[in-house]
Amino acid sequence: MDDFLLRGGIGTASGSFSDLLTAHGALNWAELASHSPGEISSANATTVISVRYSGGVLMVGDRQATEGYSVAHRNMDKVFPTDEFSAVAISGTAGLAIEMVRLFQTELEHYEKLEGSRLSLEGKANYLARLVRQQLPMAFQGLVVVPLFCGFDRLEERGRLFTFDVVGGRYEEEDFGATGSGSREAKSYLRAHYQDDLEESSALDVTIRSLVAAAEQDVATGGPDLRRGIFPAVVTITAEGVVERTADEIRPYAEAAIEASR
Amino acid sequence: MSMPFYVPPEQLVKDRAEFARKGIARGRSLVAMTYNGGVLIVAENTSRTLHKISEIYDRIAFASVGKYNEFELLRVAGIRHADLKGYMYSRQDVLGKSLANAFAQTLGNIFTHEVKPYEIELMLCELGNENQEHRFFRILYDGTLYDEINFCAIGGQAEELTESLENGWTESMSLSAALALGVSAFGGEASDDRWEVAVLEAESDRRAFRRLDPAEATDLMS
Repeated sequence: MDDFLLRGGIGTASGSFSDLLTAHGALNWAELASHSPGEISSANATTVISVRYSGGVLMVGDRQATEGYSVAHRNMDKVFPTDEFSAVAISGTAGLAIEMVRLFQTELEHYEKLEGSRLSLEGKANYLARLVRQQLPMAFQGLVVVPLFCGFDRLEERGRLFTFDVVGGRYEEEDFGATGSGSREAKSYLRAHYQDDLEESSALDVTIRSLVAAAEQDVATGGPDLRRGIFPAVVTITAEGVVERTADEIRPYAEAAIEASR
Repeated sequence: MSMPFYVPPEQLVKDRAEFARKGIARGRSLVAMTYNGGVLIVAENTSRTLHKISEIYDRIAFASVGKYNEFELLRVAGIRHADLKGYMYSRQDVLGKSLANAFAQTLGNIFTHEVKPYEIELMLCELGNENQEHRFFRILYDGTLYDEINFCAIGGQAEELTESLENGWTESMSLSAALALGVSAFGGEASDDRWEVAVLEAESDRRAFRRLDPAEATDLMS
């Protein structure tokens, strides 16, 4: 067991996992950022949407990743439960974003094990903002990652959601939030159709419809693909915890939304 | 000029071992055993916040007796070791054996190099899979490492406890029977309110560790 594993936590006053990685030389964002931009093409994750409803909060992501004008992945997952009561969804440079989520998940669990209690929802959002800010040098080179974070706040007994910007700004939204290339369309649909205190099924319905609306206008966003049987990824978070919804549960909403857009 | 006294290594090790053993014997002991749903760990502990049993990784639990500040340092190091490995490679690559070795190395080094040895004993419990039984690693103050199956005890009363587990333990016990056996091995009662109880549940999706709160533990035993 290396010496820094034994003593590290006391000297640094922080139980942070990413600090541990940095000490171990395993986190090298700064190194990556010092390369010149050049013409890199990598997969981009597109639209993700989060909506608050009476019992909590839900998050929906389309399944498509694009690389330039072509489809890189048709059934990618962009919505990830991060612990029992929170989830994060990603848009932007997929490779970096997925790694960020993995680091975030590990950090939350690491904290929970060391301290014997979970971080507050506020604390998780602040930590994620820090991770986004660390990516800033990469963003200047065009490798942007913007997540969306939501969870059930057990102190306030309600679902909450947070949006971020490239510089690590953290903004709490009261009703809904979206990020990615189709987010403008999705948000304008939601502005017209969102109501306070929706039931879970109506909230799911309006969110899937907003995703279909985004897919209509934004070429990078992949709507429900009935022919291949690919449906948006959905998680719902309530006082009971995170639930990843199955394709069979989402199918009726997707079919209704597509029917309505005809 | 003063000359340092010569102390033969046999004497040095003996003195240190005696010191560590005395320290450990002052504290309370701890037992763990398999039951039909996984692994049960029972410790005598009057504190509700300063735990002796905790989660290290998905299928690995850490339990210890002796000086709290000393084993807490090792617990934190263990979690760091496991999380680092799981993040850099994959979650399947975090194994009890490598952790147990790391703990044994560390305790061995401390025993010979530091001013005083740590007055602690550690146990790692690891859930098995289709090919392997649930396992216990027992690590002594000087880095001596044992691996055991079925049940395991650490602390000053480890021998007596092991003896009563030998007599009472059977394969595929229910959780409540296992808990009752654990508590009776200490010569205690369910209602004593001094038990720290945790399980590793084999059926769980990922993180198998769960604490049983006192009410749940009392219910199970009644």
